[in-house]
Amino acid sequence: MAKTATSEDVARRARWTTALLLAPSTLWFVFLLLFPLGVVLVFSVGQRSDAGGYQAGLSLANYLNLPARFAAFKNTLTLAPAGTLICLLAAYPLAYFLAVKASPRTRMALLILVILPFWTSFLLRTYAWIVILSGNGLPSWLAMIGIEGVRLINTPFAVLLGIVYGYLPLTVFPIYVSLERLDKRLLEAAADLGADAFGAFRQVTLPMSMPGVVTAAMLVFILLMGEYLIPQLLGGGKVFFIGNALVDLFLQSRNWPFGSAVAITLVVIMLLTVGLGLRYFAKAGGQRDVSLI
Amino acid sequence: MRIYAAFVYLFLYAPIAMIVLISFSAGHQASSFRGFSLQWYDTAFHNRFVLDALRNSLSVGFVSATLAATFGTMAALALQRVTGTLRRFYDGLIYISLMIPGIVIGIATLIALATARDIVNDIIQAWSPGAPKLQLGWGSIVAAHTLFNMALVIVIVRARMAGMDRSLIEAAADLYATPLGTFRQVTLPLILPAVIAGFLLSFTFSFDDYVIASFVNGSTVTVPIFVFGSIRRGLTPEVNAIATAVLLVSITVLTGAQLLLRRGRKPAPKAA
Repeated sequence: MAKTATSEDVARRARWTTALLLAPSTLWFVFLLLFPLGVVLVFSVGQRSDAGGYQAGLSLANYLNLPARFAAFKNTLTLAPAGTLICLLAAYPLAYFLAVKASPRTRMALLILVILPFWTSFLLRTYAWIVILSGNGLPSWLAMIGIEGVRLINTPFAVLLGIVYGYLPLTVFPIYVSLERLDKRLLEAAADLGADAFGAFRQVTLPMSMPGVVTAAMLVFILLMGEYLIPQLLGGGKVFFIGNALVDLFLQSRNWPFGSAVAITLVVIMLLTVGLGLRYFAKAGGQRDVSLI
Repeated sequence: MRIYAAFVYLFLYAPIAMIVLISFSAGHQASSFRGFSLQWYDTAFHNRFVLDALRNSLSVGFVSATLAATFGTMAALALQRVTGTLRRFYDGLIYISLMIPGIVIGIATLIALATARDIVNDIIQAWSPGAPKLQLGWGSIVAAHTLFNMALVIVIVRARMAGMDRSLIEAAADLYATPLGTFRQVTLPLILPAVIAGFLLSFTFSFDDYVIASFVNGSTVTVPIFVFGSIRRGLTPEVNAIATAVLLVSITVLTGAQLLLRRGRKPAPKAA
């Protein structure tokens, strides 16, 4: 009898310990994630008061008003996938070089050099491109060799350049990891079976590295969907994303209910595209080890 | 392919090199280099606003990273023993915290805290009129950053625990160690590299974050908020000097984190 009581005690104490250990994080999740998201959801079906604040309501008017910010959605939904694709195309050869061609001695140093910029101030790295792309920078150099009147800053090109610059390091890494794991004997086998270099790449290397490519694509795409700084600094109010529309709605034109509807829509689009993307690629690649984290 | 790689490295480092170079310029414009001087470092580190921003960023980063490392590790330890629906619920929360764009988190936290603040202030005023009102500021930045950082720490510490040798913990129990003793002498030393790496990554995220902080900062100014304001006002090399100094600190801190993570990834020595 005494023994069962003790084991019950132990079990109860273990439950208490678990609950106590989870308490602070639960507090944070509830008050700084679920509660704020809940408030945004409530605001999104409310109305704008005359002073610019929130007035209780229950209507889908804010959602029906979404086409008013069509340009922001269009820019985000074209430039985010385009930026992701360019990042992948630019990153793959570098990842391949690092994983397959670079000598093991220099590999580690070269890898660290790839990630290092990602850890320096994002704001200033983007700012550097303002200097390079605006009047006194690249356009003036181009003028020197006879190409006049080129405008680079505040164009979709500038935003895409900023995106590739900002997210290339992040794209290289997952692709590198999947290429590095690749069993080199598979390539020898392909060669023995008569595949040329390109055939071996297309039929062995590329499929084997797909999990890394998908992970990289998802990471970059998620970050780009919520991007604010790059279009703000390099798009100069002409090429703006949903993030910029949100800042405008919350801090300048102060229409919180409409802003909330835009925010909820952004989150829903993200969850849908990422969910569908993962499912599609998991099926197409026949791979299950695609993970985001 | 070698040439392509060299080109990418040039692409990655040319802008950074430019920022660093101009920080040593004697001229007044942040877009060109005119003679070597350290005057902008002098200006920056005697500018009250810069020093304030630096102090705020360091304290926000330190406090948020400490909270995140503590609470995140506690949660990771507890979640080991949680299964079923509850486990999926927490996994979902962690996933959402990491995936939701910073801009949405910033907005949501702003609305929620502003609403909560108004209610709390009304209550305080009703009880004692004239009492100081609660404001958004340092505390709300820390609170908002800690959510993301905590989720990050949980993921890193869990990954470390997944590679951990469970038999060591069983052995400790067999040798009559108390749960607390086991934690202090076995578990903690094993997961420590992950905890420290999580702390350092959290600190860097906090220190570099503009988007979330810009929503909930009230009147508190951090380094990224100061730099963003400077960019809009038109830059002098003063900002480049701050950036270069910050870059040096980031590189030092994150190289440390990377070294720790790599040490942490090595498989734990198997107990024979």
